[in-house]
Amino acid sequence: MQYDSSQQKVGLGTRIVTNILRILLPVAILLIAFWVMYMGFIFLREGNAPKWLIAIVAIAWGVGGVAALYWIFNWLVERMGDPWRGRLQPFVFVGPAVAMLIWFLALPVLRTFWISLFNRDGPPENWFDINNISGSLEALGIRFVGLQNYVAVFTDRLMQEAFRNNIMWIVFGATLTVMVGLLIAVLADRSKFERLGKSAIFLPMAISFVGAGVIWNFIYEVRPENLPQIGLLNAIVVGLGGQPQPWPQWTAIAPWNNLFLIVIVIWLQVGYAMVLFSAALKGIPSELMEAGRVDGANEIQIFFRIMVPYIMGTIITVTTTVVIFTLKIFDVVGVMTGGQFGTEVIATQFYRQSFTARNSGYGSAIAIVLLIAIVPVMIYNLKQFREQEAF
Amino acid sequence: MGSMQSQRRWGGLLVNGGLLLIILLWTIPTFGLFISSFRTREAIQTSGWWNVFPHRAYETVAVINPADMDLDPTGPMVIEGTVTTFEELRETGITTEDGTYYKWVGNRRIGRLEIQEESWTVDWDFTLANYRQVLSGKSFEYSRPDGTVEVIPGDDFVSAFLNSLAVAIPATVIPILVAAFAAYGFAWMNFPGRRVLFIMVVALLVVPLQIALVPILRDFRALGINGTFLAMWLAHTGFGLPLATYLLFNYIRGLPRETLESAFIDGASHFTVFRRLILPLSVPALASFAIFQFLWVWNDYLVALIFLGGNPETKVITQRLADIVGSRGNDWHLLTAGAFLTMLLPLIVFFSLQRFFVRGLLAGSVKG
Repeated sequence: MQYDSSQQKVGLGTRIVTNILRILLPVAILLIAFWVMYMGFIFLREGNAPKWLIAIVAIAWGVGGVAALYWIFNWLVERMGDPWRGRLQPFVFVGPAVAMLIWFLALPVLRTFWISLFNRDGPPENWFDINNISGSLEALGIRFVGLQNYVAVFTDRLMQEAFRNNIMWIVFGATLTVMVGLLIAVLADRSKFERLGKSAIFLPMAISFVGAGVIWNFIYEVRPENLPQIGLLNAIVVGLGGQPQPWPQWTAIAPWNNLFLIVIVIWLQVGYAMVLFSAALKGIPSELMEAGRVDGANEIQIFFRIMVPYIMGTIITVTTTVVIFTLKIFDVVGVMTGGQFGTEVIATQFYRQSFTARNSGYGSAIAIVLLIAIVPVMIYNLKQFREQEAF
Repeated sequence: MGSMQSQRRWGGLLVNGGLLLIILLWTIPTFGLFISSFRTREAIQTSGWWNVFPHRAYETVAVINPADMDLDPTGPMVIEGTVTTFEELRETGITTEDGTYYKWVGNRRIGRLEIQEESWTVDWDFTLANYRQVLSGKSFEYSRPDGTVEVIPGDDFVSAFLNSLAVAIPATVIPILVAAFAAYGFAWMNFPGRRVLFIMVVALLVVPLQIALVPILRDFRALGINGTFLAMWLAHTGFGLPLATYLLFNYIRGLPRETLESAFIDGASHFTVFRRLILPLSVPALASFAIFQFLWVWNDYLVALIFLGGNPETKVITQRLADIVGSRGNDWHLLTAGAFLTMLLPLIVFFSLQRFFVRGLLAGSVKG
């Protein structure tokens, strides 16, 4: 696969220059891209063009600018002659992506951890001054609280409620999503209207969580007892002779009122589970199923003894994806209850602490705890990647 | 064999019936919203949307002034030989011996008595006013049934729609472009650090974006771009890159080697191969990720909330909808129309490109 010459033996000086250029190139691409777009924005902001024109110019500017930059830098590198081209060209291709990833995801992990060690104001700006080391360390020490934020995360009443609710989300939300998704995939596989059915169940995937929140708020809408109910669920309950309830806000049954929020995410995510299971089921060799039938197994035995073991890999993938998803759940809770009525979850607490209460130390500690909860999945992914021997 | 055939028939009925039931359960919520968005403000507030289907309902056939019948609502009243009270008349109404149904409408002093008959009916009082009001940026005048006029600010969904487009299109295309270059580099170029850097991509696939919000917000403030579309493009590019790179890498690595090799032998440069061969061949993978990312950005609320903030000029459509939920959560005529508007474009994309979307899901089932 080697069509370049970067592995040639070269002198130390050249190596150093090469590596400096390898880092500088992507950074330069990003900085210039940023600068070009920024100037465009200043220009647009000062103009008085109609909204749709600004939108079109912004789109062309952003997309065209990035594409042009790759082209220009590649052109430059190709002018450099053979050994340099081989050394630098891969970094024109890979560099900007890697630099973006480091800026937006890798570094923030460290920075958020660093912020989480400080009080609500976070570490002071320019906290390290080489000319005044003792002074800057002192300023740092005033706000430094060590692991106190983490102690607070695990002892705070609202956080404990959030942890409890997130566990409910995982236990009920993830489990039901996987089970219902599997059920629908099996049913659809044998039904006469597979395509229609799958589209209908898959459709909520295209709906935003805010939109889904509105849809379900409307279903849970409650009216005083003597008025006609306009929410579907209460209309059914009253029709059956029951009492209308404000379902997700029904604190009398807390913490079970969370289930009315969890249902929404099941509704949204089952389509995803179904699609993956459906594809996996189609991969089961029909001889295997026929052999089972000939041996006298009934459909339920075939399901548990043949189908489930065969698609176990997909079941694990779907389960981990949905578990991660439910761990991070934010929009649905935010729109439906705002975390009140005992429905607080980790992500709403994170948002409230970081941006409403402006307690950045505490908010960052919550984010780190969220990340730690996801680390096992990350390790599993890396292990899978190793086994694939992709490299 | 007969029993086996009937067993199969029952099985088929169970499968199809069960699936049909689930389909109904899954579509009714959206359907109810869709119907409601076309109903008038009063209709939504006073009756369920299912009243658009034929149902039995009482309709007023005659209105009587209680004074004409010498009725005194403060005590027991006698109507056509039936004794009743004001409370009973208003709550449930009464049916007299000849089968006529009477109901009290209004309060005790200035109310009226209505004779109602039960008949099959549909509530088809549809309107586009909800959409007009939500879409417009201008204020609206609403005349209540009692004659008072209420001035309601429009929700300016037209400009929010444009904002969403201005955010979502670059935030879809830029990460694809950046990721496609990177995926090609990882798949077809050799350079030191290649393995380590790609392991970083895989590790970052599941990192929750919450971890990045506080530090990135600080950077954006320092750069003075907080609250601009540029901030949104950068953020969505950064957060979308791991999955984009991973998906496109898997696809590009699988492209036929011979095609590329012959191109290199012909003296083509990496850039030419990428532009002339890889990009056209990767269209299916690019399309699947594009749909994925577009829906994700369009439907995103959290990132917009933090990096766009409260400036009404730049608000995207999910923010506008969330605003109505927060401030006028009982205005169902606005909420239903607004919610449907936010869903409109995703649904079009979804139905026209469903095949690609499914393929993207199958290929990328590792994202957190």
